[in-house]
Amino acid sequence: MALLEVNSLSVEFGDGPNPFRAVDQVSYSVEKGEVVGIVGESGSGKSVSSLSIMGLIEYPGHVKAEGLTFDGQDLLSMPVKKRRALTGADIAMIFQEPMSSLNPCYTVEFQITEALKIHQGGRKKWRRERAIELLEQVGIPDPKSRLKAYPHQLSGGMSQRVMIAMAIACDPKLLIADEPTTALDVTIQAQIVDLLLELQREKNMGLVLITNDLALVAEAADRVIVMYAGQVVETGPAEEIFSTPRHPYTQALLRSLPESSQGKERLEALPGVVPGAFDRPKGCMLAPRCPYASERCQREVPMVSGDSLRQVRCFTPLDLQGKPAA
Amino acid sequence: MFQFIFKKLMLVVPTFIGITLLTFTLIRLIPGDPIEVMAGERGVSPERHAQLRAELGLDQPLLIQYKDYVVNIFHGDLGKSLITKTPVMEEFASLFPATVELATCAALFAVLVGLPAGIIAAVKRGSIFDHSVMTFSLTGYSMPIFWWALLLMLVFSVNLGWTPVSGRLDVTYWIDEVTGFMLIDTLLSGEEGAFASALHHLVLPSIVLGTIPMAVIARMTRSSMLEVLSEDYIRTARSKGMAPLRVIVVHALRNALIPVITVIGLQVGILLSGAILTETIFAWPGIGKWLIESIARRDYPVVQGGIMMVATIIIVVNLIVDILYGVVNPRIRHNK
Repeated sequence: MALLEVNSLSVEFGDGPNPFRAVDQVSYSVEKGEVVGIVGESGSGKSVSSLSIMGLIEYPGHVKAEGLTFDGQDLLSMPVKKRRALTGADIAMIFQEPMSSLNPCYTVEFQITEALKIHQGGRKKWRRERAIELLEQVGIPDPKSRLKAYPHQLSGGMSQRVMIAMAIACDPKLLIADEPTTALDVTIQAQIVDLLLELQREKNMGLVLITNDLALVAEAADRVIVMYAGQVVETGPAEEIFSTPRHPYTQALLRSLPESSQGKERLEALPGVVPGAFDRPKGCMLAPRCPYASERCQREVPMVSGDSLRQVRCFTPLDLQGKPAA
Repeated sequence: MFQFIFKKLMLVVPTFIGITLLTFTLIRLIPGDPIEVMAGERGVSPERHAQLRAELGLDQPLLIQYKDYVVNIFHGDLGKSLITKTPVMEEFASLFPATVELATCAALFAVLVGLPAGIIAAVKRGSIFDHSVMTFSLTGYSMPIFWWALLLMLVFSVNLGWTPVSGRLDVTYWIDEVTGFMLIDTLLSGEEGAFASALHHLVLPSIVLGTIPMAVIARMTRSSMLEVLSEDYIRTARSKGMAPLRVIVVHALRNALIPVITVIGLQVGILLSGAILTETIFAWPGIGKWLIESIARRDYPVVQGGIMMVATIIIVVNLIVDILYGVVNPRIRHNK
């Protein structure tokens, strides 16, 4: 049984007859100790789908799903209190902007021990020692003196390390990292990713790595989920996705990497932007931007096809040569 | 910290110079002098008038009068009332507790009602509660104090008979003055019903005086809270799986209070100036009523000294607020 099973998850914003679907019937699963990468452009619903797993979608957002199970428990039907007991303990999350994700009014110690206090209780002294241990684990030098620091005294990389310490405080089974390196310097990015992967192996956590950095995913993830305009367009083992993309969008993403444009004057790009609330196409979401789009793509919505290992949402998935199937 | 307070104190000097100049000139710009007012309709002969002016030192050139006034301030002497001949300081000290009592109750009312109203309005934004709080506070803010006071008096004192119309205590009680605070003195006296009577007398004036600060605090708290609730660290707090109440009280409120505290501090000025109207309407024997009467009597030293004292208090309170601000906000504390 998978650690996390997401079955046909949708998140809609707004009331009325035409709410905006930020996440559209997304299904995937994460096994114990597995690293899953979710990639896609900004606005493709990566963050919103993971926030809904954490139960952090607020009104006017509505979360619907045929099934959302974590460790065999149905997250959507369980009482609110029980769900909160899981959130922050068994499922934890770190965010994109570490500097603004820490409360400026409280010390590092307060913010790390808070999760411990809520979920595990224990004596104050024990929590304090645990906080020092956690800071050590995330590679913060001289953790004891850092306990009394306020967020404004920390650098971006330090803040993200504190965020990670906070997230792993209760030994979660699943860690969701929402673009954990986007706001950081390039040199720090690598350190943070290494730290995350090291902790993941050590604790055998499931790790969902949300990012728009394809190189990072290629290096770190076991499996990759490609999202576009709120939908999953392709899933599969990381090597396969990168060597033989089957969805035109995945192909375009890979072609836009500098590595694939060597010797060319300009990087390749997919023209246009992700459709917003008011300009979503009728048929395939990618149709207006897809180089292979046929008339059928404009009219009909393609369904997901393929086996559980490799899935693609396209009428004419690409073959091994990167050409659309007839 | 020491340096910070010193810097703030240095800024106070020009403010004080301004206050002495303004009160000194403004009160003398009002037509008529104390002697004419004292004489009333009977009038006074020009010779007697000149004699009295000389006695009071009003025949000196203005610059000399101003110099005497400032020099006396440096000696801690605010002068004597031209009418009662008692030192201004003494009169101030005996009347001040009444104003403090009223202003404190008004401030308590403003904070205890305004803060929760603002918080709940922000958390339940768009709800009927939110809309009513915003409507009430806008009304409260824009309503003239005297009209609001008369309205409340009419309803609660005259029609319903719930509260007395004016004064600090029923005439049937005689309380020895110990602290000057009626609530404390009545308790100390042990006289039955006296405390309840004092409390009754406080209700309407406190509400009237506290209405504008309450409206300001409610609106400020709401907008500050709304801003904070959309911050990233609130999402982090929620991702730790804590109860919504803890998110609001521990993580949001602490941050939202930073601007609200400044606003509460600024309200002290409004409370003291508002006291002038409120005390006059409710015949409350405090500083406000005293100042109004002394202006009517052209009692120059009282007006000058009284305003100086009120200004000092406002400045001190604002200094305390500045220091408090650093306590709440670690970023400010560390920059000093």
